[in-house]
Amino acid sequence: MNVWQFMLQNHAEVVELTLEHVWLVGVSILLAVVVGIPLGILISRWPALNKPVLGSANIIQTIPSLALFGFLLPAPWIGARADRLAILALTLYALLPLIRNTYVGIRGVDPAVVEAGRGMGLTDRQLLLQVELPLAMGVIVAGIRVATVISVGLATIAAAIGAGGLGEYIFRGLAMVNNAVILAGAIPAAAMALLADFSLGWLERKLSPH
Amino acid sequence: MNPVSDDRPAIELGNVSYRLNSGNDILVDLSLKIGRGETLVLLGRSGSGKTTTLKLINRLLKPTGGEIRVDGRSISEWDVIRLRRSIGYVIQEVGLFPHFTIERNIGLVPKIENWPASRIKERVQELLRLVGLDPQIASRYPRELSGGQRQRVGVARALAADPPILLMDEPFGAIDPLTRTELQREFLELQKRLGKTVVFVTHDLREALLLGTRIALMEAGKLITIQTRAGFLAASEPLVVAYRNAFGSQFEERGHS
Repeated sequence: MNVWQFMLQNHAEVVELTLEHVWLVGVSILLAVVVGIPLGILISRWPALNKPVLGSANIIQTIPSLALFGFLLPAPWIGARADRLAILALTLYALLPLIRNTYVGIRGVDPAVVEAGRGMGLTDRQLLLQVELPLAMGVIVAGIRVATVISVGLATIAAAIGAGGLGEYIFRGLAMVNNAVILAGAIPAAAMALLADFSLGWLERKLSPH
Repeated sequence: MNPVSDDRPAIELGNVSYRLNSGNDILVDLSLKIGRGETLVLLGRSGSGKTTTLKLINRLLKPTGGEIRVDGRSISEWDVIRLRRSIGYVIQEVGLFPHFTIERNIGLVPKIENWPASRIKERVQELLRLVGLDPQIASRYPRELSGGQRQRVGVARALAADPPILLMDEPFGAIDPLTRTELQREFLELQKRLGKTVVFVTHDLREALLLGTRIALMEAGKLITIQTRAGFLAASEPLVVAYRNAFGSQFEERGHS
Protein backbone atom coordinates (compact mmCIF):
# COMPACT_ATOMS: atom_id res chain seq x y z
CA MET A 1 0.00 0.00 0.00
CA ASN A 2 1.48 3.37 -0.95
CA VAL A 3 1.11 6.59 0.96
CA TRP A 4 -1.76 7.95 -1.13
CA GLN A 5 -3.84 4.81 -0.72
CA PHE A 6 -3.14 4.88 3.00
CA MET A 7 -4.21 8.53 3.29
CA LEU A 8 -7.33 7.92 1.25
CA GLN A 9 -8.34 4.96 3.36
CA ASN A 10 -7.69 6.84 6.59
CA HIS A 11 -8.80 10.26 5.42
CA ALA A 12 -10.90 10.96 8.53
CA GLU A 13 -7.91 10.32 10.76
CA VAL A 14 -5.57 12.35 8.49
CA VAL A 15 -7.90 15.30 8.77
CA GLU A 16 -8.21 14.90 12.52
CA LEU A 17 -4.45 14.71 13.09
CA THR A 18 -3.90 17.66 10.74
CA LEU A 19 -6.40 19.73 12.71
CA GLU A 20 -4.70 18.74 15.94
CA HIS A 21 -1.41 19.82 14.43
CA VAL A 22 -2.84 23.16 13.34
CA TRP A 23 -4.27 23.63 16.82
CA LEU A 24 -0.93 22.94 18.54
CA VAL A 25 0.98 25.28 16.23
CA GLY A 26 -1.71 27.96 16.06
CA VAL A 27 -2.23 28.30 19.80
CA SER A 28 1.47 28.28 20.58
CA ILE A 29 2.28 30.91 17.94
CA LEU A 30 -0.58 33.05 19.19
CA LEU A 31 0.75 32.81 22.75
CA ALA A 32 4.29 33.53 21.57
CA VAL A 33 3.05 36.63 19.72
CA VAL A 34 1.15 37.84 22.78
CA VAL A 35 4.21 37.40 25.01
CA GLY A 36 7.07 37.93 22.56
CA ILE A 37 6.08 41.22 20.92
CA PRO A 38 5.60 43.08 24.23
CA LEU A 39 8.92 41.64 25.44
CA GLY A 40 10.61 42.85 22.26
CA ILE A 41 9.10 46.31 22.76
CA LEU A 42 10.20 46.26 26.41
CA ILE A 43 13.84 45.54 25.61
CA SER A 44 13.85 48.20 22.88
CA ARG A 45 12.85 50.69 25.61
CA TRP A 46 15.11 49.41 28.40
CA PRO A 47 18.31 48.21 26.74
CA ALA A 48 19.54 46.92 30.12
CA LEU A 49 16.96 44.12 29.83
CA ASN A 50 18.20 43.20 26.39
CA LYS A 51 20.86 40.68 27.44
CA PRO A 52 18.89 38.81 30.14
CA VAL A 53 15.74 38.52 27.99
CA LEU A 54 17.39 37.55 24.70
CA GLY A 55 19.86 35.36 26.60
CA SER A 56 17.08 33.39 28.31
CA ALA A 57 15.20 32.95 25.05
CA ASN A 58 18.42 31.77 23.47
CA ILE A 59 19.05 29.21 26.18
CA ILE A 60 15.53 27.81 25.81
CA GLN A 61 16.21 27.47 22.10
CA THR A 62 19.22 25.24 22.78
CA ILE A 63 17.31 22.73 24.93
CA PRO A 64 16.55 19.63 22.84
CA SER A 65 12.80 19.39 22.30
CA LEU A 66 12.31 15.96 23.84
CA ALA A 67 14.21 17.11 26.94
CA LEU A 68 12.07 20.24 27.18
CA PHE A 69 8.90 18.16 27.09
CA GLY A 70 10.40 16.07 29.89
CA PHE A 71 11.36 19.11 31.99
CA LEU A 72 7.83 20.48 31.80
CA LEU A 73 6.16 17.21 32.79
CA PRO A 74 6.15 17.90 36.56
CA ALA A 75 4.62 21.39 36.09
CA PRO A 76 1.25 21.47 37.96
CA TRP A 77 -1.59 22.42 35.58
CA ILE A 78 0.50 22.14 32.44
CA GLY A 79 1.80 18.65 33.03
CA ALA A 80 -1.71 17.27 33.51
CA ARG A 81 -2.43 17.19 29.76
CA ALA A 82 -0.09 16.38 26.92
CA ASP A 83 -1.44 19.05 24.56
CA ARG A 84 -0.94 21.80 27.19
CA LEU A 85 2.59 20.59 27.65
CA ALA A 86 3.26 20.58 23.92
CA ILE A 87 1.76 24.05 23.47
CA LEU A 88 3.91 25.46 26.27
CA ALA A 89 7.08 23.94 24.83
CA LEU A 90 6.28 25.16 21.31
CA THR A 91 5.51 28.63 22.67
CA LEU A 92 8.87 28.77 24.44
CA TYR A 93 10.66 27.80 21.23
CA ALA A 94 8.78 30.42 19.22
CA LEU A 95 9.67 33.21 21.64
CA LEU A 96 13.21 33.87 20.45
CA PRO A 97 12.44 34.78 16.83
CA LEU A 98 9.52 36.94 18.00
CA ILE A 99 11.37 38.86 20.70
CA ARG A 100 14.45 39.30 18.57
CA ASN A 101 12.63 40.41 15.41
CA THR A 102 10.44 42.86 17.32
CA TYR A 103 13.53 44.35 18.91
CA VAL A 104 15.54 44.43 15.68
CA GLY A 105 12.57 45.82 13.75
CA ILE A 106 12.06 48.71 16.17
CA ARG A 107 15.75 49.48 16.44
CA GLY A 108 15.99 49.35 12.66
CA VAL A 109 13.62 52.26 12.13
CA ASP A 110 15.51 55.18 10.56
CA PRO A 111 16.86 57.25 13.50
CA ALA A 112 16.00 60.47 11.63
CA VAL A 113 12.34 59.42 11.52
CA VAL A 114 12.33 58.70 15.25
CA GLU A 115 14.10 61.98 16.02
CA ALA A 116 11.67 63.94 13.88
CA GLY A 117 8.77 62.24 15.63
CA ARG A 118 10.11 62.99 19.09
CA GLY A 119 11.04 66.51 18.12
CA MET A 120 7.54 67.29 16.87
CA GLY A 121 6.10 66.24 20.21
CA LEU A 122 4.84 62.68 19.81
CA THR A 123 4.50 60.91 23.14
CA ASP A 124 6.40 57.65 23.54
CA ARG A 125 3.16 55.75 23.03
CA GLN A 126 2.26 57.66 19.86
CA LEU A 127 5.75 57.17 18.51
CA LEU A 128 5.55 53.42 19.18
CA LEU A 129 2.06 52.81 17.83
CA GLN A 130 2.03 55.19 14.89
CA VAL A 131 5.62 55.11 13.74
CA GLU A 132 7.87 52.41 15.15
CA LEU A 133 5.55 49.38 15.18
CA PRO A 134 4.08 50.00 11.71
CA LEU A 135 7.58 50.42 10.29
CA ALA A 136 8.85 47.33 12.14
CA MET A 137 5.86 45.20 11.13
CA GLY A 138 7.56 43.57 8.14
CA VAL A 139 10.43 42.38 10.33
CA ILE A 140 8.05 41.24 13.08
CA VAL A 141 6.01 39.18 10.60
CA ALA A 142 9.27 37.67 9.35
CA GLY A 143 9.81 36.51 12.94
CA ILE A 144 6.31 35.03 13.12
CA ARG A 145 7.01 33.26 9.84
CA VAL A 146 10.25 31.69 11.05
CA ALA A 147 8.64 30.70 14.35
CA THR A 148 5.65 29.12 12.58
CA VAL A 149 7.73 27.08 10.18
CA ILE A 150 9.92 25.81 13.03
CA SER A 151 6.83 25.03 15.12
CA VAL A 152 5.19 22.95 12.41
CA GLY A 153 8.25 20.73 12.37
CA LEU A 154 8.73 20.63 16.14
CA ALA A 155 5.07 19.86 16.75
CA THR A 156 5.54 16.43 15.17
CA ILE A 157 7.69 15.53 18.18
CA ALA A 158 4.78 16.39 20.48
CA ALA A 159 3.30 13.04 19.48
CA ALA A 160 6.05 11.40 21.53
CA ILE A 161 4.35 12.64 24.71
CA GLY A 162 0.89 11.84 23.38
CA ALA A 163 -0.14 15.33 22.36
CA GLY A 164 -1.43 14.16 18.98
CA GLY A 165 -0.84 15.86 15.66
CA LEU A 166 0.77 14.51 12.51
CA GLY A 167 3.71 13.18 14.51
CA GLU A 168 1.42 10.29 15.45
CA TYR A 169 1.83 8.86 11.94
CA ILE A 170 5.54 9.49 11.92
CA PHE A 171 6.14 7.67 15.20
CA ARG A 172 3.67 4.91 14.28
CA GLY A 173 5.34 4.46 10.89
CA LEU A 174 8.76 4.32 12.51
CA ALA A 175 7.56 1.63 14.91
CA MET A 176 5.96 -0.35 12.08
CA VAL A 177 8.89 0.27 9.72
CA ASN A 178 6.30 1.48 7.20
CA ASN A 179 7.31 4.35 4.95
CA ALA A 180 3.78 4.99 3.72
CA VAL A 181 2.62 5.71 7.28
CA ILE A 182 5.63 7.94 8.01
CA LEU A 183 4.94 9.90 4.82
CA ALA A 184 1.25 10.21 5.69
CA GLY A 185 2.44 12.32 8.63
CA ALA A 186 5.40 13.99 6.96
CA ILE A 187 3.75 15.13 3.73
CA PRO A 188 0.85 17.08 5.29
CA ALA A 189 3.29 18.59 7.83
CA ALA A 190 5.63 19.71 5.07
CA ALA A 191 2.72 21.11 3.08
CA MET A 192 1.57 23.00 6.16
CA ALA A 193 5.05 24.47 6.68
CA LEU A 194 5.25 25.55 3.04
CA LEU A 195 1.79 27.08 3.14
CA ALA A 196 2.65 29.02 6.31
CA ASP A 197 5.94 30.13 4.82
CA PHE A 198 4.31 31.29 1.62
CA SER A 199 1.35 33.13 3.13
CA LEU A 200 3.33 34.82 5.90
CA GLY A 201 6.01 35.70 3.35
CA TRP A 202 3.34 37.42 1.29
CA LEU A 203 2.09 39.29 4.37
CA GLU A 204 5.64 40.27 5.25
CA ARG A 205 6.16 41.84 1.83
CA LYS A 206 2.82 43.62 2.09
CA LEU A 207 3.76 45.14 5.43
CA SER A 208 7.37 46.04 4.71
CA PRO A 209 7.92 49.76 4.30
CA HIS A 210 8.34 50.68 0.69
CA MET B 1 -1.67 92.50 27.39
CA ASN B 2 1.50 92.92 29.30
CA PRO B 3 3.74 95.31 27.35
CA VAL B 4 6.85 93.78 28.90
CA SER B 5 6.14 90.42 27.30
CA ASP B 6 7.08 91.67 23.85
CA ASP B 7 10.60 92.55 24.94
CA ARG B 8 11.07 89.21 26.59
CA PRO B 9 13.36 87.03 24.47
CA ALA B 10 11.66 84.07 22.81
CA ILE B 11 14.49 81.79 23.87
CA GLU B 12 17.10 82.40 26.49
CA LEU B 13 20.08 80.20 27.34
CA GLY B 14 21.82 81.00 30.62
CA ASN B 15 25.23 79.42 31.26
CA VAL B 16 24.15 76.20 29.59
CA SER B 17 26.53 73.26 29.64
CA TYR B 18 26.23 69.80 28.23
CA ARG B 19 28.63 67.09 29.25
CA LEU B 20 28.53 63.47 28.15
CA ASN B 21 28.68 60.67 30.71
CA SER B 22 32.17 60.00 29.43
CA GLY B 23 33.19 63.42 30.75
CA ASN B 24 33.50 65.09 27.34
CA ASP B 25 32.22 68.63 27.28
CA ILE B 26 30.03 69.27 24.27
CA LEU B 27 28.84 72.72 25.37
CA VAL B 28 30.52 74.97 27.90
CA ASP B 29 28.75 77.84 29.63
CA LEU B 30 26.71 78.99 26.66
CA SER B 31 24.58 82.10 27.08
CA LEU B 32 22.34 83.45 24.32
CA LYS B 33 19.21 85.51 23.96
CA ILE B 34 17.09 85.02 20.89
CA GLY B 35 14.54 87.73 20.19
CA ARG B 36 11.03 87.24 18.85
CA GLY B 37 10.87 87.05 15.08
CA GLU B 38 14.63 86.88 14.75
CA THR B 39 16.56 84.34 12.71
CA LEU B 40 19.62 83.44 14.71
CA VAL B 41 22.13 81.37 12.80
CA LEU B 42 24.44 79.06 14.71
CA LEU B 43 27.54 78.81 12.57
CA GLY B 44 30.41 76.47 13.23
CA ARG B 45 32.17 73.36 12.11
CA SER B 46 31.09 69.80 12.86
CA GLY B 47 31.36 69.06 16.55
CA SER B 48 31.16 72.69 17.62
CA GLY B 49 27.94 72.08 19.54
CA LYS B 50 25.39 73.65 17.18
CA THR B 51 23.11 70.63 16.90
CA THR B 52 23.40 69.95 20.62
CA THR B 53 22.23 73.51 21.28
CA LEU B 54 19.10 72.92 19.18
CA LYS B 55 18.35 69.62 20.86
CA LEU B 56 18.67 71.26 24.26
CA ILE B 57 16.06 73.84 23.29
CA ASN B 58 13.41 71.24 22.42
CA ARG B 59 14.62 69.01 25.23
CA LEU B 60 15.69 66.08 23.09
CA LEU B 61 18.70 66.48 25.38
CA LYS B 62 18.83 67.75 28.94
CA PRO B 63 21.51 70.26 29.89
CA THR B 64 23.95 69.19 32.58
CA GLY B 65 24.22 72.79 33.75
CA GLY B 66 22.50 76.15 33.36
CA GLU B 67 18.98 77.01 32.38
CA ILE B 68 16.99 77.40 29.17
CA ARG B 69 13.91 79.58 29.04
CA VAL B 70 11.32 79.54 26.30
CA ASP B 71 8.77 82.30 26.40
CA GLY B 72 10.23 83.41 29.72
CA ARG B 73 9.64 80.09 31.42
CA SER B 74 12.31 77.55 32.27
CA ILE B 75 11.81 74.53 29.98
CA SER B 76 12.15 72.21 32.96
CA GLU B 77 8.77 73.63 34.06
CA TRP B 78 7.17 73.02 30.66
CA ASP B 79 5.35 69.81 29.85
CA VAL B 80 7.90 68.43 27.40
CA ILE B 81 5.28 67.35 24.86
CA ARG B 82 3.65 70.82 24.91
CA LEU B 83 7.06 72.42 24.58
CA ARG B 84 7.93 70.36 21.51
CA ARG B 85 4.57 70.95 19.86
CA SER B 86 5.13 74.70 20.13
CA ILE B 87 8.54 74.37 18.48
CA GLY B 88 8.80 73.28 14.85
CA TYR B 89 11.80 71.04 14.18
CA VAL B 90 13.42 70.53 10.78
CA ILE B 91 16.46 68.29 10.33
CA GLN B 92 18.80 67.64 7.43
CA GLU B 93 17.62 64.05 6.96
CA VAL B 94 14.03 65.38 7.03
CA GLY B 95 12.73 62.23 8.71
CA LEU B 96 9.37 62.04 6.93
CA PHE B 97 7.31 59.03 7.99
CA PRO B 98 7.74 56.70 5.00
CA HIS B 99 4.48 54.83 5.65
CA PHE B 100 2.36 58.01 5.68
CA THR B 101 1.21 60.06 2.71
CA ILE B 102 2.43 63.65 2.50
CA GLU B 103 -0.94 64.74 3.85
CA ARG B 104 -0.67 62.52 6.92
CA ASN B 105 2.93 63.55 7.46
CA ILE B 106 2.04 67.23 7.55
CA GLY B 107 -1.23 66.71 9.38
CA LEU B 108 0.06 64.44 12.14
CA VAL B 109 0.47 67.00 14.92
CA PRO B 110 -2.84 68.74 14.11
CA LYS B 111 -4.44 65.30 14.17
CA ILE B 112 -3.10 64.32 17.56
CA GLU B 113 -4.14 67.79 18.72
CA ASN B 114 -7.67 66.75 17.65
CA TRP B 115 -8.23 69.28 14.90
CA PRO B 116 -11.35 68.43 12.85
CA ALA B 117 -10.49 66.52 9.65
CA SER B 118 -11.75 69.25 7.33
CA ARG B 119 -9.53 71.84 8.99
CA ILE B 120 -6.48 69.55 8.76
CA LYS B 121 -7.14 69.05 5.05
CA GLU B 122 -7.36 72.79 4.49
CA ARG B 123 -4.24 73.41 6.54
CA VAL B 124 -2.25 70.83 4.56
CA GLN B 125 -3.28 72.43 1.26
CA GLU B 126 -2.41 75.86 2.58
CA LEU B 127 1.00 74.73 3.83
CA LEU B 128 1.88 72.93 0.61
CA ARG B 129 1.19 76.11 -1.32
CA LEU B 130 3.13 78.12 1.24
CA VAL B 131 6.29 76.03 0.73
CA GLY B 132 5.91 76.14 -3.04
CA LEU B 133 4.54 72.65 -3.68
CA ASP B 134 1.60 71.55 -5.78
CA PRO B 135 -1.22 70.59 -3.34
CA GLN B 136 -1.82 67.59 -5.64
CA ILE B 137 1.13 65.79 -4.06
CA ALA B 138 -0.77 65.45 -0.76
CA SER B 139 -1.76 61.88 -1.60
CA ARG B 140 1.76 60.76 -2.53
CA TYR B 141 4.33 59.00 -0.37
CA PRO B 142 7.70 60.51 0.60
CA ARG B 143 9.62 58.03 -1.59
CA GLU B 144 7.93 59.49 -4.67
CA LEU B 145 9.36 62.97 -4.02
CA SER B 146 12.73 64.54 -4.83
CA GLY B 147 15.09 65.61 -2.06
CA GLY B 148 14.12 69.25 -2.43
CA GLN B 149 10.42 68.43 -2.34
CA ARG B 150 10.90 66.27 0.73
CA GLN B 151 12.64 69.07 2.57
CA ARG B 152 9.81 71.45 1.63
CA VAL B 153 7.38 68.93 3.12
CA GLY B 154 9.62 68.79 6.20
CA VAL B 155 9.26 72.54 6.60
CA ALA B 156 5.51 72.37 6.03
CA ARG B 157 5.22 69.65 8.66
CA ALA B 158 7.17 71.72 11.17
CA LEU B 159 4.82 74.66 10.53
CA ALA B 160 1.63 72.57 10.72
CA ALA B 161 0.40 73.58 14.16
CA ASP B 162 1.70 77.14 13.69
CA PRO B 163 4.44 77.02 16.34
CA PRO B 164 6.01 80.41 17.22
CA ILE B 165 9.52 78.91 17.14
CA LEU B 166 11.33 76.93 14.46
CA LEU B 167 14.55 74.97 14.97
CA MET B 168 16.31 74.11 11.72
CA ASP B 169 19.33 71.82 11.70
CA GLU B 170 21.16 72.19 8.39
CA PRO B 171 17.87 71.77 6.56
CA PHE B 172 19.32 72.49 3.13
CA GLY B 173 22.67 70.77 3.68
CA ALA B 174 21.99 67.63 1.66
CA ILE B 175 20.36 69.34 -1.29
CA ASP B 176 21.88 70.21 -4.66
CA PRO B 177 23.16 73.80 -4.94
CA LEU B 178 20.50 75.04 -7.34
CA THR B 179 17.59 73.74 -5.27
CA ARG B 180 19.35 74.92 -2.12
CA THR B 181 19.45 78.48 -3.44
CA GLU B 182 15.75 78.26 -4.27
CA LEU B 183 14.94 76.96 -0.82
CA GLN B 184 16.99 79.68 0.84
CA ARG B 185 15.18 82.37 -1.14
CA GLU B 186 11.83 80.80 -0.28
CA PHE B 187 12.82 80.66 3.36
CA LEU B 188 13.46 84.42 3.36
CA GLU B 189 10.08 85.05 1.74
CA LEU B 190 8.38 82.75 4.21
CA GLN B 191 10.12 84.35 7.15
CA LYS B 192 9.04 87.82 5.96
CA ARG B 193 5.43 86.64 6.00
CA LEU B 194 5.42 84.48 9.11
CA GLY B 195 7.89 86.23 11.42
CA LYS B 196 8.75 83.09 13.38
CA THR B 197 11.58 82.94 15.84
CA VAL B 198 14.11 80.76 14.04
CA VAL B 199 17.30 79.11 15.23
CA PHE B 200 19.13 77.90 12.15
CA VAL B 201 22.21 75.68 12.21
CA THR B 202 24.66 75.69 9.33
CA HIS B 203 28.37 75.44 8.58
CA ASP B 204 27.96 77.50 5.41
CA LEU B 205 28.96 81.14 5.86
CA ARG B 206 27.11 82.19 2.72
CA GLU B 207 23.89 80.67 4.03
CA ALA B 208 24.47 82.26 7.45
CA LEU B 209 24.91 85.73 5.96
CA LEU B 210 21.93 85.32 3.67
CA LEU B 211 19.42 84.07 6.22
CA GLY B 212 20.53 85.26 9.64
CA THR B 213 19.52 88.46 11.36
CA ARG B 214 22.36 87.61 13.71
CA ILE B 215 25.12 85.03 13.51
CA ALA B 216 26.52 83.16 16.48
CA LEU B 217 29.87 81.61 15.74
CA MET B 218 30.61 78.48 17.79
CA GLU B 219 33.78 76.47 18.21
CA ALA B 220 34.48 73.47 20.47
CA GLY B 221 31.32 73.98 22.53
CA LYS B 222 31.87 77.67 23.13
CA LEU B 223 30.30 80.79 21.72
CA ILE B 224 33.06 82.78 20.03
CA THR B 225 31.04 85.81 19.00
CA ILE B 226 27.53 86.84 18.15
CA GLN B 227 27.17 89.49 15.47
CA THR B 228 24.81 91.07 12.99
CA ARG B 229 25.64 90.47 9.32
CA ALA B 230 27.58 93.70 8.99
CA GLY B 231 29.27 93.12 12.31
CA PHE B 232 30.31 89.64 11.25
CA LEU B 233 31.84 90.94 8.05
CA ALA B 234 33.79 93.58 9.97
CA ALA B 235 34.76 91.55 13.03
CA SER B 236 38.43 90.90 13.62
CA GLU B 237 38.33 87.72 15.75
CA PRO B 238 40.79 85.30 14.17
CA LEU B 239 38.15 82.59 13.75
CA VAL B 240 35.74 84.98 12.02
CA VAL B 241 38.52 86.06 9.69
CA ALA B 242 39.39 82.42 9.05
CA TYR B 243 35.76 81.75 8.11
CA ARG B 244 35.62 84.70 5.75
CA ASN B 245 38.85 83.63 4.09
CA ALA B 246 37.70 80.05 3.77
CA PHE B 247 34.61 81.15 1.87
CA GLY B 248 36.44 83.13 -0.76
CA SER B 249 37.39 86.56 -1.88
CA GLN B 250 34.06 88.30 -1.53
CA PHE B 251 34.21 87.86 2.27
CA GLU B 252 37.88 88.70 2.83
CA GLU B 253 39.05 91.66 4.95
CA ARG B 254 36.69 94.62 4.58
CA GLY B 255 35.29 92.83 1.58
CA HIS B 256 31.58 93.61 2.03
CA SER B 257 29.70 92.12 -0.85
